[in-house]
Formats: sequence, C-alpha cells, structure tokens
Amino acid sequence: MKDAHGHVFKYGDNVDTDVIIPARYLNSSDPKELATHCMEDIDPDFVNRVQAGDIIVATKNFGCGSSREHAPISIKASGVSCVIADTFARIFYRNAINIGLPIIECPEAAANISAGDEVTVNFDTGVITNITTNETYQGQAFPEFMQKIIDCEGLVNYINQK
Amino acid sequence: MGMTMTQKILAAHAGLESVKAGQLIMADLDLVLGNDITSPVAIHEIEKMKVEGVFHKDKIALVMDHFAPNKDIKSAQHCKCVREFACKNEITNYFDVGQMGIEHALLPEQGLTVAGDVIIGADSHTCTYGALGAFSTGVGSTDMAAGMATGQAWFKVPSAIKFVLKNKPAKWVSGKDIILHIIGMIGVDGALYRSMEFVGDGIAYLSMDDRFTIANMAIEAGGKNGIFPVDDLTREYMKEHSKRPFVEYEADEDAEYDEEYVIDLSQLKPTVAFPHLPENTRTIDEVGDVTIDQVVIGSCTNGRMDDLRIAADILRGKKVAKNVRTIVIPATQKIYLQAMEEGLLKDFIEAGAIVSTPTCGPCLGGYMGVLAENERCVSTTNRNFVGRMGHVDSEVYLASPAVAAASAITGKISGPDEL
Repeated sequence: MKDAHGHVFKYGDNVDTDVIIPARYLNSSDPKELATHCMEDIDPDFVNRVQAGDIIVATKNFGCGSSREHAPISIKASGVSCVIADTFARIFYRNAINIGLPIIECPEAAANISAGDEVTVNFDTGVITNITTNETYQGQAFPEFMQKIIDCEGLVNYINQK
Repeated sequence: MGMTMTQKILAAHAGLESVKAGQLIMADLDLVLGNDITSPVAIHEIEKMKVEGVFHKDKIALVMDHFAPNKDIKSAQHCKCVREFACKNEITNYFDVGQMGIEHALLPEQGLTVAGDVIIGADSHTCTYGALGAFSTGVGSTDMAAGMATGQAWFKVPSAIKFVLKNKPAKWVSGKDIILHIIGMIGVDGALYRSMEFVGDGIAYLSMDDRFTIANMAIEAGGKNGIFPVDDLTREYMKEHSKRPFVEYEADEDAEYDEEYVIDLSQLKPTVAFPHLPENTRTIDEVGDVTIDQVVIGSCTNGRMDDLRIAADILRGKKVAKNVRTIVIPATQKIYLQAMEEGLLKDFIEAGAIVSTPTCGPCLGGYMGVLAENERCVSTTNRNFVGRMGHVDSEVYLASPAVAAASAITGKISGPDEL
C-alpha cells in the first residue's frame, strides 16, 4: 500500500459527521458533488485549500454521529490521503475502511502534529513521520487484509477480486 | 469466563459456543435495514458485486423516512432508486409514503425486530432495538450492501459497560432524561466500541417507549449497542406486535464488565443537553434563561405514544408562546391514528402547534422545520451538533417531550413544574 504524503488540516475532539458533510447535502450520493461541501460546517475554507494527498489530523472520536458513508466518501473524494486521530467513532471507522479511505489511530501524532505540517504515513509499519518537525510517531499498522481492502478502493472490489 | 448478554447473542449467531471481547466473528443476520439516504449508496455497491439478488427478501427492510415525502427532486430520485430496487428484488418490507414511519419506531411496531435477533442498519440509531433484547447496531451503506447480498456481517465482539438502574424515576423523569444523564456522565465517546447493558430494578418502572428512547441514544455515547433484559413487558409487546419467535438471553452471573455505574432514578431531574454535543447536559434547575424560536416533538427517539401523550397533557387547553413554531411529528401512521383517536392531535392544533406526517425531516436539518441563523430550538431528537437542524449558527437543545411541551408554552427552556 502506497504511503500517504501531504500537508495537514488539524481539528479537535468529536468532529461529527454533520460537520464533515451536512445533511442538507445528503440528497446527493455523488462523491464529486459531496466533496464540494466537505468539512463545510467546521472549516468553510477546507474545500478551497485542500490538495491531493493532504492529511486530516484530529483528536478523539473523529466521525461521531450518523452512519452516513457520505462522510468518508466526501473526504476521500476531496483528495485526502489519510485521516489520523486519537480514536474514531466506530461506524466511521468501518465505513472508511469499507470505501478505501486510509485511517490510522495514533494519539501521539494527534497531539504533536500542527496544521500545515508536512507528514507521511507508512501503512505497512504504522510509522507517521512529521517532515516539518523531524519527528516520528508509531501508529497502529493495518493488518494485511485491511490494506488490501483499501488498495482495492473498498470492500466491494475486494470481495469481487477474491 | 461468563459472557454478557450481547456476547451471548453474537456467539449464537456465529455458531460458536462462546466468544470473548476483541474476537472477530462472522454472524448471521436476522434483518438488514436501510433508509432513503443510505440505501441508494448501498444499492450502487450491491450492483457492483457479483451476486444474484439479495440473501432473503423477507429479511431486508427499506424505509423511506428521512427526506420523504420527497423534499426536492434529488430526494425523489433517491426514493425512486430504492423503490425500483425493492420492486425488482421483491423486498417484502419496503415502506413508502402511506405505510412508512420513522424506521426505528416502525420496525418494532411491525414485529420485524424481536429479542435475540442480530440486526444491522445503515442508520446509526439502529441500536434502538436493544430495548427488546436484540443486538442491533448501525453500519454504513457498504456493510448494508454486503449484508443484503450475503446475510452476514463481521463484528469485533465488544466488551461492555453495565448500567444498574435503581428505583422509580422521579416525577417528570423519562427515558430521555435517563439517557441524557448517562451521556452527560460518561461523554459522547464514553462507551466507544462497547456495549451498554442496562439492568436493575428500575427497569420495571420504564415503559417500552422509555426503553426504546434509552437504547436509541446509546450511539450518542459512542456505544456499539445498548441492550435491555427481556421481562414481562417486553414479552407482552412482542406478542402484540410480532408473529416471530423470540429468544431470551441473559448475561452470565460471572460476565465481565469494563465498568459499572449505579444510577438512582429517583434522584434524577429533567435534563437538557446544550449545544453542540449531547454530553453538555444540565438539569432543568440549572438551565437559566434561554429563549427559543422553535420546538420539535418527534423523531426515532421521542415520537411514540407515551411521548405524544405527555406532550398533549401539558399543552391541552394552553397556547404555545407567540413566535415559537411548535412541530409535532408522530413517528408512524399507527401512532398518528392512535393520537387522532385519543384526541391528542386536536390538543396540539388548538394549542397552536402543527402536526406533520411521519418523517425524520427536521432532526437532521432536512426539511419541515429548518432553523435560520441564531435561532434556537428545543427538540426531543437525539443530536445537537453544529448545524444539525439548519444554519451553522443555529442551536439545538435536546430534551424530553415534557420539557419540550412546557418550553413551547413559556417560550424559553422550562420544566413542566414551572407552568
């Protein structure tokens, strides 16, 4: 699985699915359209600034709230290559893996990485490197089958390929 | 080592003698649920899978409740997509306008969820059916698609927190106040990845509607599921609503719990969650002077008969405050009819409230009561996140139907004793 590499958007605790993709946009399920409203109610400027490969870092309980898969879909379609957090809400965690959005739990990284830092994530080892500060943090590595799901761009393709 | 109630249900559905926390299992599903927002995404996924049809046409429920009756063209397209899928696959339990209600009130009423079941739903409040002694949990659309195709889902067996509910609830304290109290105590991630198992003599004082409300909001504490033991009241409810056989499970006496909380229901007070998290709770005597613009009484959390009865008792013969839009939403057609027969709809309308057809509408800022900038709403729903009910600078205060009805009359957050 390819490393993630990009600049960081930093958020706090309990980033909920309503701020990731407000329900007023759930009359669409088109990833590109959803991406144009990603993070709108917590960071209206996100969609203008995000670049392919960028990384979201947050503290505890990222993705709490609704089961809408539209939330990880909109993040992935924005070009984000990885979400790092202390912890993820459980439905968001499943959904992210299932649609092929890499996520990794690492409280140390979440505490020490700042907005704008340049960061890489190695999914084989779980090592997160902050190029800006020259620090490394040990996150939880993905088991092989989860890496394959993400490589296949989600659970459905993975099942089909098996 | 003994198993929790949740672990026993999961073991039985995985064909295993026993399971322990952290174990990964593949479990057979009794029901797979989706709504008009999550099902189109799942249908798109299942169409990509190399499978013939669905695993069982009677074990899938598709409920058009969130943006239905359709609020706009895009919502209409979504419902059409689900309708066509249901028709093509001969899905027995497809509920459209006319039969539909808010899914988590509708499915137990239709007898589709019973004790001992394993249920997944592409809606986070699927945990509601734990009130009946079932294991039920929210998932996303891809898991729903895989569930519809295979009739199975993988789970990591959860550990559990035990909540011992003791004594009779104090006056005006409902299931909503109990669960808000608990979320205030443990936080919105206090039960992350874990089961919330409710036990104790206090449960005998809780109606089925109270128990549905409590189990419904387990997700607001991050819980994987919330679950109640089966008693005479549960059996009576299931016999009245369902023809399906049910299986009762009890936690082993030596089951391990990560934590245990004892809650004396007689000491609780009506509780309100302030913006913008369900954990920001204050008891009614601590709320201060908060004027409001709107009241919503309804949702999968509090749109059932008990909820409408207590709200009508408070509103009967009174008027809602000037400029407080008061929206009452019976959760299902059956509840709507029952409320009509009991004269409750007349009470609401004469008080100056409106009564809507069943829909999730305002709870998630969809329609039927969206808030403008700087507006405040007291709502019996389940989430008060930033922008949840409309404008990013609006505010939602979560409360019981009694507090919501009293607040509608005074125009500020109020307990029924203040009237």
